[in-house]
Amino acid sequence: MSGWLPKSPKARRRLYLIAAIAPVLALAAGLTLWGLSDSISFFYTPAQAAAAKPPPGRSVQLGGLVQPGSVVKHPDGRVEFVVADQQATATVHFSGDLPDLFREGQGIVATGSFRKDGEFEARQVLAKHDERYMPREVSKALKEQGEWRGEGSPPPSYQTDAAQP
Amino acid sequence: MIVEIGAFALAFALALSLAQAILSAVARVRRSSVLAGAGQGAAIAAFIALAIAFASLMYAFVVSDFSVANVAANSHTAKPLLYRVAGTWGSHEGSMMLWCLALTGCGAAVAAFGRDLPAGLKSLTITVQGLLGVVFLAYTVFASNPFVRIANPPVEGRSLNPLLQDPALAFHPPALYLGYVGMSVVFSFAVAALIEGRVDAAWARWVRPWTLAAWAALTVGITLGAFWAYYELGWGGWWFWDPVENASFMPWLIGAALLHSAIVTEKRGALTGWTVFLALAAFSFSMLGAFLVRSGVLTSVHAFAVDPTRGVLLLMILGVTAGASFALFAWRAPTLSRGGLFAPISRESALVLNNILLAAATTTVLLGTLYPLIREAATGEAISVGPPFFNLTFMPLMAALILILPAGPLLAWKRGDLQGVIQRLWVAALIALACGLAAFALISPRKAFSAAGVAMGAWLILGALVELAERTRAFRVSAGESWRRFVGLPRGAWGMTLAHLGLGVFVLGACFETGWKVEAAQTLPIGGRLALGEYSLVLDDIRGVDGPNYEAERGLMRAFKGEKLICEPTPERRLYSTGGQTTSEVSICTRGLDHLYVVLGERRDAAGQPVWLVRAYWNPLALLIFLGPAIMAVGGLVSLSDRRMRLAAGRRLVEAAA
Repeated sequence: MSGWLPKSPKARRRLYLIAAIAPVLALAAGLTLWGLSDSISFFYTPAQAAAAKPPPGRSVQLGGLVQPGSVVKHPDGRVEFVVADQQATATVHFSGDLPDLFREGQGIVATGSFRKDGEFEARQVLAKHDERYMPREVSKALKEQGEWRGEGSPPPSYQTDAAQP
Repeated sequence: MIVEIGAFALAFALALSLAQAILSAVARVRRSSVLAGAGQGAAIAAFIALAIAFASLMYAFVVSDFSVANVAANSHTAKPLLYRVAGTWGSHEGSMMLWCLALTGCGAAVAAFGRDLPAGLKSLTITVQGLLGVVFLAYTVFASNPFVRIANPPVEGRSLNPLLQDPALAFHPPALYLGYVGMSVVFSFAVAALIEGRVDAAWARWVRPWTLAAWAALTVGITLGAFWAYYELGWGGWWFWDPVENASFMPWLIGAALLHSAIVTEKRGALTGWTVFLALAAFSFSMLGAFLVRSGVLTSVHAFAVDPTRGVLLLMILGVTAGASFALFAWRAPTLSRGGLFAPISRESALVLNNILLAAATTTVLLGTLYPLIREAATGEAISVGPPFFNLTFMPLMAALILILPAGPLLAWKRGDLQGVIQRLWVAALIALACGLAAFALISPRKAFSAAGVAMGAWLILGALVELAERTRAFRVSAGESWRRFVGLPRGAWGMTLAHLGLGVFVLGACFETGWKVEAAQTLPIGGRLALGEYSLVLDDIRGVDGPNYEAERGLMRAFKGEKLICEPTPERRLYSTGGQTTSEVSICTRGLDHLYVVLGERRDAAGQPVWLVRAYWNPLALLIFLGPAIMAVGGLVSLSDRRMRLAAGRRLVEAAA
């Protein structure tokens, strides 16, 4: 074979191995860095979104509690509702079937982007498997806002106040 | 009483595991066969004790004993028997019991069936398995005991989450846990071999069946999970790159890498260090999975209500176990023997490349899964990494793997003949290319990536067939001779061909489904019609139906292709009275390999008239997505049944070496 390869078979094997590993690693590292800079999506509560002002059209997640009484279901399948945290609210537009666990007072995470008029256009709305479970970001954000009543207790919904006469 | 027996048996299993570890370790040091036998006895006894504990818990669930906190929180008298049984492992505590049952079961299996293992290796393996048992049993007994009683038992339980009341999900955890925990034996074998300082062909031969069994179980578990997500969540999707899904996918990928590197170690005595490393990594990823799923550190559609202190404990178990084993690896690996040499073009090289790609792909999945955690710890910003990231990083690496895959089995060991391989494969390559181009041209909307995926799926399937033709020398010798060879192929060869074929079937189905699914959603009054490409759906009626523990609205529909009636879907929307949760019961019509997928949404009012939101998908070749992995799992089992996989063959190998 060519003269520039090392003579020892051991060294040669090592060289082949490096020659095989290096491009794959470089590819994986490059793609990962690119992917992480480009396709991550930020999570905001309404108050955080108001402060951070993500550019319209950028994919983000908006999480909070569905404000009771705010859900408007149109006959053509469109839905509007208001997601709230302690300090701010955001109107969410969504077209399609809401998850089975969606209800007023429930913590949800909507994936989508803000429109130019500041309202949120959701591509997907997630509620969780377990009716006692609250999306972690929502619970964390609520904890920081002093609106938390401990693990396992029902979500700190505004519904309880609204429901009681 | 039975619950007390269960609680005692659980604690006793912990003591027995400790005895198992200590007796076997001392047996190894003193080279005492009596003590080794006692250690093996303890291992089997630990399994029996845990089986009793598990049966007691199951009994408490079946008879709805709500004085047990775990039963009260996760069961209900109105729940069907299957889900009362499955409720045993439906909760965190119960799933840890299942984990421990599998763990002690694996230890008992090594003790009972490992007759052909060298005494030292066997004792050490049982010691390590016993230590793992001690750690996880201690966690279960002290931090997540399912037998805790409550002082004032409620009259009725809180019921299992209705989404989990599903046959696929009832059997998903046992399969998954068998896979996760099956890797523990591989782990124990690796640690034992590192302590013994000997990793050779015989060792690889013992490790391979365990890896195969665990990998096949994981394949089944992951597929059941994906299938469940597909028809139960009602989103029409089957894989979301969700952290909890990734948690089971990473050990699967590492397991696949380990299967291949163990072949090199077995046949050629090479890659010893790497194979051991993968064996340690596979179980570490399993434990990472348990931590990710149960700790609640990650946001996931599949996450459950969790207790953060337990997450910390699981993280500590993961840190100590993985840390200690990798430290041992770093210390002992340099002493392992380096095996045979091979040319850059050879079967070994192809398998090395396979391993590099699988390992790199696993790393990208790991990074994508953990990056949100790291980022949040560092900056406090909450982010999520979704499908775009994985499409960008994981897919190209898999594409590279798929490209080289059909060539591997055709290459000879040590020094392969690339030209010969190209000669054998160029027809397959051309046909695959034609399939991709046809998919791109014929199906609208045109999608380049999906068409490339179709070409790759075809390439894998054709590659597997070419490989089969090579082995049977089809078209080169007489048909009878080929048939004789075909029937006489070793099961291991069948297993490999099936696994590769299954991957191809899966890739084909996945690319077709994602590329060319048709979707439509609309609110329909009774008698309304929803158009879906060349198909249409008519909502004839909505009827109220009573289930065992739910009430449902059932849509009576007719589906047409053009004007021809093809089926009558009956999707449901169920309201479970306990917990007040609604779920949708998707209706799927299978037409050949295609699915017509219908979801009944909620009722709304349009000008006084009730309308229902109806969503439907036409999922072409969707069945292949689940059929492919099933073929892969069957391939794994067929390989496992190979005579040469049995341990007796390993004994002959040792005797030959001695």
